[in-house]
Amino acid sequence: MDNNYYVPFTKAMKKTHTILAPNMLPMHFKLILQVMRNYGYNVELLENQGQHIPELGLKYVHNDTCYPAILVIGQFIDALQSGKYDPHKVALIMFQTGGGCRASNYISLIRKALHKAGLGFIPVISFSLTGIERHPGWKLNLPILHRMFYGVMFADLLMLLANQCRPYEIEQGQSDKIAEEFVVELTDEMAKIRVLSYKKIRENYKQIIKKFSDIPRMHEEKIKVGIVGEIFIKYSPLGNNNLEKFLFKEGAEVTVPGFLDFCLYSVYNYIIDYKLYGLRKATFRLDKLLYNFLIKKQQKIIDLIKKHSDFTPPTPFKHVISLRNGYIGIGAKMGEGWLLTAEMLELYEQGVKNIICTQPFGCLPNHICGKGMMKPIKAHKPDINIVAIDYDASATQVNQENRIKLMLSNAKSRIETKSTEATIEYSIPL
Amino acid sequence: MTKTFSVGIDIGSTTAKIVLLKDKTVVFEKYERHFSQVRQKTLDLLEQVRTYINDSPFTVAISGSAGLGLAEAAHIPFVQEVFATGEVIKLLEPDASAAIELGGEDAKIIFLDDTPDERMNGSCAGGTGAFIDQMATLLNVTPDEMDELSLNHTRIYPIASRCGVFAKTDIQPLLNQGAKKEDVAASIYQAVVNQSIAGLAQGRKISGKILFLGGPLYYCKGLRKAFKETLHLSDKQAVFPKYSRFAVAFGAAIYAVKCGQPFTYDSLVKSIIRSIAGNINSNRLPSLFASDEEYQTFIARHNSSTVRSVDVDTYTGIAYLGIDCGSTTTKLVLLTDKKEILYSYYSSNKGSPVEIVREQLNIIYEKAGDRIKIVGSAVIGYGEELIKNAFNVDIGVVETIAHYTAAKYFCPNVDFILDIGGQDIKCFKIRNNAIDSIMLNEACSSGCGSFIETFAKSMEYSISDFAEKGLFSKSPVNLGSRCTVFMNSSVKQSQKDGALVADISAGLATSVVKNAIYKVIRAGSIDELGKNIVVQGGTFYNDAILRAFEIELGRDVIRPNIAGLMGAYGAALHAMKLQVSSKSLNTSLITKEALSQFTHTTKTVMCSGCTNHCHLTVNTFSDGRKYISGNQCEKGFGLTKTTDDTTNLYEFKRNYLLGLKTIKGTRGKIGLPLALGTYELLPLWHTIFTELGFEVVVSEMSSRRTYEAGQFTIPSDTICYPAKLMHGHIEYLLNKNVDAIFYPCMTYNVKEKNTDNHYNCPIVAYYSELLNGNMEDLKNTGFLYPYLNINNRRELSKELTVSLQKLFDDVGFIEVRKAVRKGFAAYAAYMKAIRIQGEKTLEYARKNKKRIMILAGRPYHIDLEIGHGIDKLATTLGFVVVSEDSICHLANKQPVNVLNQWTYHARLYKAARYAAEHKDTELVQLVSFGCGVDAITTDEVCSILESKDKYYTQIKIDEITNLGAVRIRLRSLLGALEEKGDLNG
Repeated sequence: MDNNYYVPFTKAMKKTHTILAPNMLPMHFKLILQVMRNYGYNVELLENQGQHIPELGLKYVHNDTCYPAILVIGQFIDALQSGKYDPHKVALIMFQTGGGCRASNYISLIRKALHKAGLGFIPVISFSLTGIERHPGWKLNLPILHRMFYGVMFADLLMLLANQCRPYEIEQGQSDKIAEEFVVELTDEMAKIRVLSYKKIRENYKQIIKKFSDIPRMHEEKIKVGIVGEIFIKYSPLGNNNLEKFLFKEGAEVTVPGFLDFCLYSVYNYIIDYKLYGLRKATFRLDKLLYNFLIKKQQKIIDLIKKHSDFTPPTPFKHVISLRNGYIGIGAKMGEGWLLTAEMLELYEQGVKNIICTQPFGCLPNHICGKGMMKPIKAHKPDINIVAIDYDASATQVNQENRIKLMLSNAKSRIETKSTEATIEYSIPL
Repeated sequence: MTKTFSVGIDIGSTTAKIVLLKDKTVVFEKYERHFSQVRQKTLDLLEQVRTYINDSPFTVAISGSAGLGLAEAAHIPFVQEVFATGEVIKLLEPDASAAIELGGEDAKIIFLDDTPDERMNGSCAGGTGAFIDQMATLLNVTPDEMDELSLNHTRIYPIASRCGVFAKTDIQPLLNQGAKKEDVAASIYQAVVNQSIAGLAQGRKISGKILFLGGPLYYCKGLRKAFKETLHLSDKQAVFPKYSRFAVAFGAAIYAVKCGQPFTYDSLVKSIIRSIAGNINSNRLPSLFASDEEYQTFIARHNSSTVRSVDVDTYTGIAYLGIDCGSTTTKLVLLTDKKEILYSYYSSNKGSPVEIVREQLNIIYEKAGDRIKIVGSAVIGYGEELIKNAFNVDIGVVETIAHYTAAKYFCPNVDFILDIGGQDIKCFKIRNNAIDSIMLNEACSSGCGSFIETFAKSMEYSISDFAEKGLFSKSPVNLGSRCTVFMNSSVKQSQKDGALVADISAGLATSVVKNAIYKVIRAGSIDELGKNIVVQGGTFYNDAILRAFEIELGRDVIRPNIAGLMGAYGAALHAMKLQVSSKSLNTSLITKEALSQFTHTTKTVMCSGCTNHCHLTVNTFSDGRKYISGNQCEKGFGLTKTTDDTTNLYEFKRNYLLGLKTIKGTRGKIGLPLALGTYELLPLWHTIFTELGFEVVVSEMSSRRTYEAGQFTIPSDTICYPAKLMHGHIEYLLNKNVDAIFYPCMTYNVKEKNTDNHYNCPIVAYYSELLNGNMEDLKNTGFLYPYLNINNRRELSKELTVSLQKLFDDVGFIEVRKAVRKGFAAYAAYMKAIRIQGEKTLEYARKNKKRIMILAGRPYHIDLEIGHGIDKLATTLGFVVVSEDSICHLANKQPVNVLNQWTYHARLYKAARYAAEHKDTELVQLVSFGCGVDAITTDEVCSILESKDKYYTQIKIDEITNLGAVRIRLRSLLGALEEKGDLNG
């Protein structure tokens, strides 16, 4: 990339600058950012919300750009113009994966937007595990990454268990409270300890599982709804108009596949690049090593959940890979790629047959991996109930909710016909 | 046993319906428009059922998109409308296999057979009932009349069916060209049918007994006929039940029984009334005027920008005529030699601009008598050619230039003009007394004046009353800033939140303005717009919009009192300029005598000049003169051909690909779909398979029929048109009985120099995965779509061998490797030929002093259906056309500010660089609607060009088949270039 708008994040800035991060995965980012703070970065998670954010974003990015870019840029500019920060004392950070999807251009788009807003002097750090841009003041070493990884693991676990408890809890709000408490506790702990010991982490896992198991819950059947889709829209309440809250209000149990799956998918794609195209020969062994490490860690958490609770654990990634057999090739790796298809099938296998596939309006990879795979999936799993919802700066909530309600009505009627089989007879009207 | 009552209320986007069940029989039903007064209408309807229920308890449920908010606020059971319909059908028509329901703005399909499924249109496919109403307005008939008309059609025009806005863009030029209303009406219904089938069924076959429900299908006989014929249904299979309009309400009543929550009339009314309080949505904007005083100042200020009028009945002297034949309106202005207005006219086209101009000319000649002599005339707009030919107008002027001329009259140092007309938004920046950049709205957001007008009508207001209401709204709703289809649903949302008509009017005004500023102009700050801003176009007569614009800008602007006539005024000024410089008092304009004899008839024929088969409209005038429109090129009807390999690289590429020879093979037939990535790699695959002893079958270049053949298997209605066409190409190959179809998956494209990476876009890369999952018939043939690495011949040969062996087990690696080598040689030869031809063409252009246009897009844009023959249009306008890949090797390395990671797109940047560095070269970028990647490239290409003071022209293309807008666009570019006088030698 040519770096006309590139501004380095210098060593001196590490001490003087606040790094602002967009609100992509609320719980995960709390933990990840704490790790960064422990290593001397002054990071802050942006939590500004509201209708003005996409509107502001539209001013500074092309309207046809994906909605996540519009939101992230809107959120940044809103924060920068709020007067809360000295623009000369802030930097921005953006997390991205790279690849053939246009999302890999987010950094460039943010820089262009800053330039347009007269804030071109603000450094933008790209947090990416692929081509890392050089910023003298920004260094990721193994210990940081290692800790961040556990941040992801903890957040995934908290999210998974809270989702499974929330709709059934007798004392409302208990699951979220416990999750919040753990976030504080875990971040405190990470700040204190010097050496990460897996033993301690395992203890934490167990404690989390226990705490959630102990939540008194009702035993009733709820509609289970899974959320898959584009990574930002899927997780970020800003992106999906508080989808999880809406579903909770409608009395559904929400399942969102963990973020670790996406990390695994990203690493696995490197291996596939080697296998399919003979690329990445040099790093193949390293890629493989990392992949196996992640797989192992995932298995351990699955085992713990199984052993210590009756919660549904995540599906082992290798099995997730196999689920897409017969639907989509392993090489379809742009955006969420084959993982999106596989996750729908994963949810189905877990008994979550009602699925919302979320995507920004006009998302390119999802034309293929999301909407494009619905027909074959429905053909093989006739009782699956999928709805695709587009998110966009002007898509209205009423339209989105109406379509989700349709999906929920169908889900309900399936449960009813299963249980009662009662029908009422009506005469032909007028 | 006492009687039990149940009430079902269905509140859709435009109508409210109520059904009263007594025990299990319907005793009352009513269907009425609610004009956004959701609560009041509900109460009205309830009042009407009161006589039946008196004080008995009853159950009730609400359904419908506009009913959701009411139900929630009033704590009344709610049932989703598609679900409710499904329940009814299962009860009443258990043997139906599917139901199609069209509502005011939603379209739904319910499958009831083995695998039940219920679907609604996505957010982009708006427009059904509301769309039909809009189209009727456009035809200047009532919906009932339109229905009558459609039954007498003789032909169907292709009209884009994906979204209402697109369809409108197709229809307006058809009307202007003189197509018959009967045919247009029927074509509109056909578009609705195609949209429902393609958009909703998405590949699932619709057959068996089909129910048709909802208001539009109840009222429009023509629509019913179109559905029946398109789906090949017999009378028995196509069921249009009497309760069609009430299905949802009936379903809600049934649902209510299940809910069992009892109400009495009083308790229900009470809870509805109670729900009104405290339900004002927070998403509101400040009112347009803070005080009455502010309003008065505003009015006074704008009253000062006026042109003087002179009494036409007393004036004696010479006069100039300006005609602006726009897409929806026709405007005429008659000027004195002092630029004062003698006569003016502004009216909707009513579907036949020729007739209007004739009528007006008659009136003008009548008024002129012997006192006034018309000595010059000019015409602009979509109908320019037609009107010019019909009435022998002296000159046709490029629209944009005429507007600038007019604006200068009011503000000599104008540096920004914004024109919001019936259908388009145009903005020009002026620098150094020349138009510096032109921005037009893309087809997607073309909701402007006509949108508000139809909206006002749908709420039973005249446009001026509607606008006036908005001026005094206390809390305008915030409706977002995208295309009209989205606005419709935003309005729906605000209705749900209890917004008043005034709030909606003011909100719409703000939306139109925001759409213009942020979508079309895309301004980051108001300073980009300039200091002296003139706004014009009929839409700006709407004071609410004018005020909203000033508020959004934070700056006063000039709105001439003839805002809607500026084009015609500018045209008249040009007529004056021409007459003054020629000093002749002779005009070619039709004389009074000839006018009285004037007749105009139209006939439609199909051109057989090429495989494109354009539908031509032949206009014949009284003296036997003819004017032909609707043609994509100048061929046909003996017109001279202006396109060949030397002047048009697109033509060269097409001919090259079509020239690839098929040799009878021994191993069988392999089909290659000529779509997406194949357009560039055809010589490679063609050679490989020919070398391996296959007979290669290449699908034909696309036409509208290609799209139609494949449209039923497209799962995503917002995907780009080039991808949609792929389905038709596969169908073509399946019909050719090939043994295998080949379209590989390729994450990476050909690696070229100086880029960050070399990806394909996700669509080109993985479309086969989608085809495999969605095209059932592919299962009957071998479909090969291996993942290939095109930059490593060994890997490619390996994978290709494995893939081929699945079907042809005798294929060996060694021969594949050899064939691959030859294939790459053929590919290299093709690319080299393109580059050599590019150089030749540049040389030709420079020798003949012609302007060069780099028509920059993707390899597949050479397809006549995707590119709509814009390359040919450009050559007829005098350009020499080269493609981006034919000249990018001549450009220097172009640094860009984005990740330069797609092969095709990297060429764009280089081509832009070339255009930036050459005075005689212009770049026009073709962008397919829905191309997400181009959201990134367009900005970058634009900034490369503008850094060297070059014009950036972008043309968005989709299914749209009419070139009228494109022609204006390119002529504006030419006009601007000529004013600048760039081409000197």
